[in-house]
Parts: sequence; C-alpha cells; structure tokens
Amino acid sequence: MAAHTLNPDSWVDLYADYLFNYAIARVSDAEIAKDLVQETFFAGLNSAKNYKGDAAERTWLIAILKRKVIDHYRKINSNKGKAEVRINYNASSESEGDWLEEQVADPFSKDGDNTIENEELGLAIEDCISKLPKKQSLVFKMKTIQGMSTEDICNELGINPSNLWVMIHRARTSLMGCMNQTWF
Amino acid sequence: MKISIEKAKQICTKSQYGEATWWELLQLNVYLLFSKECSDFSAKNKKLTSLCERAGLDTLSENEKDDMKKKLKELS
Repeated sequence: MAAHTLNPDSWVDLYADYLFNYAIARVSDAEIAKDLVQETFFAGLNSAKNYKGDAAERTWLIAILKRKVIDHYRKINSNKGKAEVRINYNASSESEGDWLEEQVADPFSKDGDNTIENEELGLAIEDCISKLPKKQSLVFKMKTIQGMSTEDICNELGINPSNLWVMIHRARTSLMGCMNQTWF
Repeated sequence: MKISIEKAKQICTKSQYGEATWWELLQLNVYLLFSKECSDFSAKNKKLTSLCERAGLDTLSENEKDDMKKKLKELS
C-alpha cells in the first residue's frame, strides 16, 4: 500500500515557496524560478499517474524541479553554444602547469560553503514555515520576508495590529522550536 | 509597569522588527534583568532574525500563487 498520496489542490499553498527558494538558489532569477515552479506543478500533474507513493509529495516534486533546472541550463547552453569561449592553457611554454594552480579552489574562500549553508538554512526555515497554521505563515512571510509595513498587512488581511503581533509572535516561537536542534 | 512573561516575549518579538515603543522597550529591558526565561527567549529571537536575514528567503506573492493555482486548475 502506498505510504503517500498526491493532493495537487494544495501544492501551491504547501510547496510553492519551498520550491521557489530551491529554484532561485540555482538559477538566481526570480522570474525564471517562478516559471520553473509552475512547470514543475504542470509536470507533476501530468505524471501523477506514475506516482507510486514511495516518496513524500514534496520530495517527488523536488525531483521533478531538479530535472527542470537541468533542462533550463541545457537550453541556455545550447542557445549560447556558439559563443562559448575556450581557454588554451598550452599556448605558452612559460606558463605550462599554471592552469593546475588556477584550477584548485582557493582554500581561504568560504563563499562556496556559505552559499550551500545558506541555501540549506533557507530550505530549513521554509520547511518550518510550511508547518505553521496558514494565517500565521502568511503574516510571518509578509512581515519578515516581504518586509511589508504593519499597516499594509492589517489592511490587506483585515486584522488589527494586536492580532498581527500575536500571530507573528506565535509563528516565531514555533519556528524557534522547529529549528532549535540544528540551527540554534 | 509589571507585565506578564508572555507580554514581555511579545514585545521582544515586536522589537525584532523595530516596532516596539520606547515604553514597551523599557518594560522589556526591566523584565530581561530578572527573567532568565525571557532573556533566553530574547537571545533565540535575535538569532532567528539573523538566520532569516542570512538565508535571504524569497517568497511568491499571493497574486502569483493565485495565478499558479488558476493555471493548475485549467490543466487538471
């Protein structure tokens, strides 16, 4: 018996932001990332009949998104293939062997590690946010991620500032609990 | 001047967004002097703020999500 089932009606609410952050970390463009998420949902819907239920719904969607990201880069590379620049390291005998050092990663550079760690962190936070009640999650995102003013959020959601702060406080308390073991 | 610990924690959360009033901050700071629970919470709250900043999270707007839902519905 399948351990997991698909509920496409709740995909956008449950996974859109998680997938969006996953995609944006790989393509560094919000519009492209958004399109990839949409394509992932389409592909998921089209191949729903092949879903066996072995993997969790989100894991399955991430696997589809990974393929979409690869396809995206393949498409880009095939478009600009003719403009590709190749460096010939054997052009001068004096510089022979220099390429080896140039190819070695800079041991003092932490950029790569930081990027990966920040991406993991982002997905961990997103994972915890997805476990919050819908309204708490919405208010937290509007305030913390989108940086909206208290007044604008209250107007948009028809709540008063006291309600807003109670919701944000509860959301943050839950997030601290959810992330406690790994990140605090 | 005396506030509950829950109220102190809420002010602490509000202060993470720079929206606590000076009176609320005064109440919070007095509370922090005496309550280890509250000062632990405050430290964690600050850490959460810095983690969120470091993660550089992005989110889709509600309109974008509604649009996605619409397109998915059309396909299904």
